Amino acid sequence: MQITVKLFATFRNGRFKLDRQEFRTGTDCRTIVLGLGLKEEEIGVVLVNGRHAALDQVMLDDDTLSLFPLVGGG
Amino acid sequence: MNKILRVNMTDLSSKLETVPAAWAGLGGRGLTSTIVAAEVPPTCHALGPNNKLVFAPGLLTGTPAANSGRLSAGAKSPLTGTIKESNAGGTAAQMLARLDIKALIIEGIPQKADTWYSLHVSMAGVTIQEETELIGKWNFDVIEAVEARLGKKTGLLTIGPAGEMKMTAANISVKDPDSKLRSHGRGGLGAVMGSKKIKFISIDDAGAPKVPIADPEKFKTAARTFAKALLEHPVSGEGLPTYGTNVLVNILNEAGGLPTQNFKVGQFAGADKISGETMHDTIAARGGKVKHGCHAGCIIQCSQVYNDKDGKYVTSGFEYETIWGLGADCCIDNLDDIARADSIMDDIGIDSIETAVMFGVAMEAGILSFGDSKEMLRILSEEIGKGTPLGRILGGGAGSVGKAYGVTRVPVVKNQGIPAYDPRSVKGIGITYATSTMGADHTAGYAIATNILNVGGYVDPLKKEGQVELSRNLQIATAAVDSTGMCIFIAFPALDIPECLPALIDMINARFGIALTGDDVINLGKHILKVERQFNIEAGFNNTHDRLPEFFSTETVAPHNAIWDFSDAEIDEFWNF
Ligand code: SF4
Repeated sequence: MQITVKLFATFRNGRFKLDRQEFRTGTDCRTIVLGLGLKEEEIGVVLVNGRHAALDQVMLDDDTLSLFPLVGGG
Repeated sequence: MNKILRVNMTDLSSKLETVPAAWAGLGGRGLTSTIVAAEVPPTCHALGPNNKLVFAPGLLTGTPAANSGRLSAGAKSPLTGTIKESNAGGTAAQMLARLDIKALIIEGIPQKADTWYSLHVSMAGVTIQEETELIGKWNFDVIEAVEARLGKKTGLLTIGPAGEMKMTAANISVKDPDSKLRSHGRGGLGAVMGSKKIKFISIDDAGAPKVPIADPEKFKTAARTFAKALLEHPVSGEGLPTYGTNVLVNILNEAGGLPTQNFKVGQFAGADKISGETMHDTIAARGGKVKHGCHAGCIIQCSQVYNDKDGKYVTSGFEYETIWGLGADCCIDNLDDIARADSIMDDIGIDSIETAVMFGVAMEAGILSFGDSKEMLRILSEEIGKGTPLGRILGGGAGSVGKAYGVTRVPVVKNQGIPAYDPRSVKGIGITYATSTMGADHTAGYAIATNILNVGGYVDPLKKEGQVELSRNLQIATAAVDSTGMCIFIAFPALDIPECLPALIDMINARFGIALTGDDVINLGKHILKVERQFNIEAGFNNTHDRLPEFFSTETVAPHNAIWDFSDAEIDEFWNF
């Protein structure tokens, strides 16, 4: 299945902004995160199609996964 | 120790008063709101002689506590008609604290309608002088002239032409350590200062002693723990200094909560171009400063110095809300033009949030087109800056232009522009907008932390459950924090790191030799909110004013097709404490 992966803030360093990637059906967020060389405890916010998700959420074909470190402002 | 400096502009007199016992434990917002509630008739005209303008440094301001240099300004707001507190960085707060001034109260209105004044505050007290040379001048010229007259180190609170013309979006600007500006932005306090015919207040703290600390050892230990928490938390320690508050553009855009095209949709196609990440790279490439503090002692440093492509200074203190408003909400993806607009707004002395929201409404009204940044720049300096009839309508803020042009999608609560976060898709902040004693104000109870950023836990932004309680807890805590002189961004570590808040309370205790508990601080927050609400009730407000504009309940917002679906009774639960 095809997943759009978007990275933000420091996660972009040495990686990418946006990429379409191919994964096996049934892949969860955690697998994708670890595959990017990110550690679980670095993850601040996970959005799947613009909604907050847990790392064990299973991805579906054509989903968009957005990953952020903990960030804030206001 | 500790005095109240009272200036009467009607008879041009001043006096130093001892602090009444009831005010002794208060600072910042707690003190400005208490004084306004005690001394200003709630039904008075905000620009008339019975309103008072009050400045108060926080309880910890002037001490070595990190991030404690914020100044509160309070009055009845000419924009909202409610009580108002707006706090800002800059150098003035710490100077007033060293001068042992707990509050500066300015009352009355001069009898001569066409005479302007300045105030000068120093160890010798206050002098009131007639001012002619700087009337009509924009803020950066005022800074230059006052520094030439009184020296580079002089602290300064000033109003630009917007404040002189009593526009209800006018701010009060505060000089920062680099002779640039920070602002008491919201609620039109610049118009109140203009109504009192005060162009600027200069401050000289030469000869002032250090702020006394009752238990220096205890203070030192607590201050160290506190600073460690600020530097350790990923938001205050890394995110804010690297990307500034503008890091929020992308995350709000991804979550569908970035109000775009005057709150029509929740995502902006040009988000990447105006994002914190892009801004960071642009600043670095042009030799600006990625991080910068608005006052000495800020260790988070969310501010920055933004240069143009030739490496020349354009603006600093370039915040997410401004960039969102002039960017996504006005469909402008040119960060350089937004930076220029930010600088003009500082220079003419107008609130960058109110003005950004206003431009979204003005574009919907057809005064200019969505995306037309050049016309926006022209309007700022040629219409608002010069006070043409159109400029005065626009300088009245989002509600003003909405009314004048018959626009129905006008994002305001209690006539104050709704900032940067769509309340339909981030429902916790909607409760804050609806219920805040200040009118729509995101800082009053920053539910974004828990709705979007996973700070202080998580409450689903698209569901109603838990939002009222979340907003209530945050608004109570914020009212207390706003009384300490702390920058509100200490809330990020305070929500997540257990040692942070106790260390803050320990610093207050060590400073004054008292023994406040966590419960005392929460009770202080509750008390402040209730004092403010009582003022508003006596000014004519009731629960029917704690509502969002109708369009939020009738128009869904893409991409989640979210709608504002709280019942009146559910919102009113907020005040059940
Ligand atoms: S973090 Fe930002 S707003 Fe807060 S004190 Fe520092 S520069 Fe000012």
